Amino acid sequence: MCVIRTEELLLNVGPQHPSTHGVFRIIVKLDGEIITEATPVMGYLHRGTEKLAESLNYTQIIPYTDRMDYVSAMTNNYVLVHAVEKMMGLTVPERAEFLRLIVMELQRIASHLVWWGTYLLDIGALSPFLYAFNDRERILQLFNELCGARLTYNYMRVGGVKWDAPEGWIDKVKAFVKSMYGKLDDYHALVSGNEIFLSRIKGVGAYDAETAIAYGLSGANLRSTGVKWDLRKNEPYSLYDRFEFDVPVGRNGDCYDRYVVRMEEIRQSLRILEQALEQFPPEGETMGKVPRVIRPPAGEIYVRIESPRGEIGCYIVSTGKAEPYRLKFRRPSFVNLQILPKLLVGESMTNLVTILGGIDIVLGEVDC
Amino acid sequence: MSEGERKRPDEREDDVSAASAGEQRTGALEDGVSAVNIGERRSGAPEDGGSAVSAGEKRTEAPEAGAAATGAGTSRPEAAETAADGARTEPAAPARRKETEEEKAARRKAALEAREAAKAAKAAAAAQDAAAQAGSPGAAQAGPQAASPGAASAGPAGAAAETNEPPPKPPSPNQPRLDRAVQLLRELVADDAVESASINEANDHLPTLVVRKERWLQAAKLFRSHEELNANYLRNVTGVDYETHMEVVYHLLSLDSGHNYAIKVRTDRDRPSVPSVTPVWETANWNEREIYDLLGIDFPGHPDLRRIMMPDDWEGHPLRKDYVPLDPEV
Amino acid sequence: MQRFWDDPVSWEAAGRYALVALALLAVVIVFVTYAIYFERKVIGWMQFRQGPNRTGPLGLLQTVADVAKLLVKEDTIPAKADKALFVLAPALAFIPSFTVLAVIPYGLNLPFADLNVGFLYYVALSGVTTIAIVIAGWASNNKYALLGGMRSAAQMISYEVPLVLSVVGVAMLTESLNLRDIVLRQEGYFWHWNVFPQIIGFAVFVVAAVSELNRTPFDLPEAESELVAGYHVEYSGFRFAFFMLAEYVYIYAIACLTTILFLGGWNAPFPQLDFIPGLVWFALKFAFIVFSLFWIRATLPRLRVDQLMGLAWKALLPLALANILLTALGIEWLG
Repeated sequence: MCVIRTEELLLNVGPQHPSTHGVFRIIVKLDGEIITEATPVMGYLHRGTEKLAESLNYTQIIPYTDRMDYVSAMTNNYVLVHAVEKMMGLTVPERAEFLRLIVMELQRIASHLVWWGTYLLDIGALSPFLYAFNDRERILQLFNELCGARLTYNYMRVGGVKWDAPEGWIDKVKAFVKSMYGKLDDYHALVSGNEIFLSRIKGVGAYDAETAIAYGLSGANLRSTGVKWDLRKNEPYSLYDRFEFDVPVGRNGDCYDRYVVRMEEIRQSLRILEQALEQFPPEGETMGKVPRVIRPPAGEIYVRIESPRGEIGCYIVSTGKAEPYRLKFRRPSFVNLQILPKLLVGESMTNLVTILGGIDIVLGEVDC
Repeated sequence: MSEGERKRPDEREDDVSAASAGEQRTGALEDGVSAVNIGERRSGAPEDGGSAVSAGEKRTEAPEAGAAATGAGTSRPEAAETAADGARTEPAAPARRKETEEEKAARRKAALEAREAAKAAKAAAAAQDAAAQAGSPGAAQAGPQAASPGAASAGPAGAAAETNEPPPKPPSPNQPRLDRAVQLLRELVADDAVESASINEANDHLPTLVVRKERWLQAAKLFRSHEELNANYLRNVTGVDYETHMEVVYHLLSLDSGHNYAIKVRTDRDRPSVPSVTPVWETANWNEREIYDLLGIDFPGHPDLRRIMMPDDWEGHPLRKDYVPLDPEV
Repeated sequence: MQRFWDDPVSWEAAGRYALVALALLAVVIVFVTYAIYFERKVIGWMQFRQGPNRTGPLGLLQTVADVAKLLVKEDTIPAKADKALFVLAPALAFIPSFTVLAVIPYGLNLPFADLNVGFLYYVALSGVTTIAIVIAGWASNNKYALLGGMRSAAQMISYEVPLVLSVVGVAMLTESLNLRDIVLRQEGYFWHWNVFPQIIGFAVFVVAAVSELNRTPFDLPEAESELVAGYHVEYSGFRFAFFMLAEYVYIYAIACLTTILFLGGWNAPFPQLDFIPGLVWFALKFAFIVFSLFWIRATLPRLRVDQLMGLAWKALLPLALANILLTALGIEWLG
């Protein structure tokens, strides 16, 4: 009789875990340190936003969008108001649209900084987290001055934005953009060439473009495989077609490519910001002609924009009332996360954290 | 309201639904149309069914009239229904007296527009009935007979007939694509695969098709693999609970050409089920699970259909319109 | 030195030894307290923030407060944990760390356990801590702890080999394993120190030492972000304090060892600075090494388990062997 045997270990990662980026659970079957099967379990942060939206009017839904992808709230705001404006055929004044674009790009930088800091923290480096948050703090201060909130802004409205830029705000953003270029180079010097870091993420979690497209990935996850698809360029919205910027694209679809793509995106966002700040209209309205009660005509619409995590979409079915009949958010983190079980099979436990961090999810968005 | 009784019927509905000043209206009749869309089947042609389903499409004056003319007579009682509806859902309407001047002006303007639209509609309907018996003219219309020759002939005919009316909308730039898609489906999948096809103008002229659910899996495969359609990226899957039926809406994208399609698959409310397209687009996996979880639509063919958001032992499907939580405190 | 053996056994002698031992213990405890404080401060400064600065003036009493907190915490033992082993593990972890301090010489005439196999004694006892970590991982009845314990065992055993081999070069040069003799051989100024002829050995030793200490970049066993504290996840209160104590006392021991083996111990670097007592030099070099450990922790990410093992067996071990070969050749040809 054999007394010694090997057993498969069933390990529960989460819902409370430092690296799952929120309340998220992965049930992992381990053979030693190698994962044989991974089952994600989510829904811990499901708050029923879509159901709630059916009894709220559109302006009331905007704060709820903030809380979905709370790291990138401005883009969430935008997708909703853009959908409603498109349905109603409203025009947004130039200054408001510029403000929207500026805050969205600032938000993209802030979101990528959070991703960078936490990703490196997961990999084991303690310091980049602090540096990233230092810079993000400056962005949040800017947002605070602009709209009074640091995380959940409730800034955009159907037809424009709620608050105009205060005196001197644009100059502060310009100063920030200038300094951020230098900081970005510093971060590259600290991390991107580090031997240990590269050996941790190169070749990890690779997939090809076919798989990415089949799984409906978007954002850096898709671009890291070589597919050049960025909604700001391919299906332009807001004022993105006025600005020059590149879309960084990877090659191998591994964590390293995702890393490089996102870091480059920060740089490109800075470029867009520079141009936008230069062309910022010195005066203008912040709110267009909008009826008192927002009532889109009956119909439906699906709009999508490029959030830092990928394609965020808003599908509205309206019956002409002030509340939507059905409001659905296509959340990039939710869709991107689908590939996780596939990527984890055969990887070691350590790489679980690396891969999960590389997908860049926010649980508020996964669960909605 | 004392004012309400003094108004004409078509103004009455404006009054209630424009309970606040300055509301933008795209046509009072459209409101009447939309109010009856949900849950109410209008007696009449399949085009009405089609228009009820693909709500929100901008229609040309003619078909709108074609639909509304038959309903113009009925729109007033329905407007009254809307009024009643409005009164029920907006009990504050009578209380909004602060900006009566603006309200009045807006109301009068809207009423004027409505009357003109009705006039145009009636005239165009008369012309259209004379010009085309098929009843589906115009750039974008419901009905499987939306063949481009039909549209082309009805278009100029309609234009000739309505010389002093606003010209009909030009055919949508995506109409050829839509027609091609319908044609491919009809040829390569089945004759009855497409229930209706239209263009959603507000949504960047998105070709929208309604596909029969029995044919859906094949149609999906066609969309994926056919080189003209090549819709390799499933952007979004949504489930909607219209109280009489349920619908699953798929938004497809072809990454190479940048073409978008929207496909709706309808299913009935008790024992809803739509074939799963997970074998075709892997991304549908969790999307369909979410729809199953929140709406209760079954997806035969799905590899692992279980709840995703709600706890595994939850009873009921929260996103349904008739969902009553077991424990109201929760 | 034979002196201590020759002293008559008396209460006075015993009292003297006890006092010296207590003094050393006090030094070590004070070091641990302020090493933790300085680690947090230094890493904080490197991260653009201040470390603790509230408890006590400049936050100097932070560790005292932390230890006090840990001591009054509830002593939780998981229900199905192996109680005896669970209790044994922390003690088994920190006792060797104190015992190895016996062989560290701080100065020419300062008392210490003058063993001819000083270094070997050090290495042998520090291996006991490895067992303790495995026991901790097992006894916790927690899969994360078990994973951490297993990783740690693999890591520490693997890195002991290059650690010891890198010192063989030094031992060959000194022709002794007695730590005081090793320092005596480095008498002179900085060009006499072992770090220059033994540069490869020094590099291997430093890397292996950081790994033995379970510090970043080799802190897999307690990889916070993956294993949620690894082998000591179930430990709280003073049992956890013992693990922390063990870690910092080992830092003390390794820093002392590095100073002695490679940096010349208490010898001054320049003749002009001879007037500064040896103990001060020892302390300065020691502080520099400790600071470097903090610095590395603030900068580098963590290695993955397989990369770590690969580094030990495929990189460090061949280098250490090459070092021995080169040292042998050097001794043969250069005298």
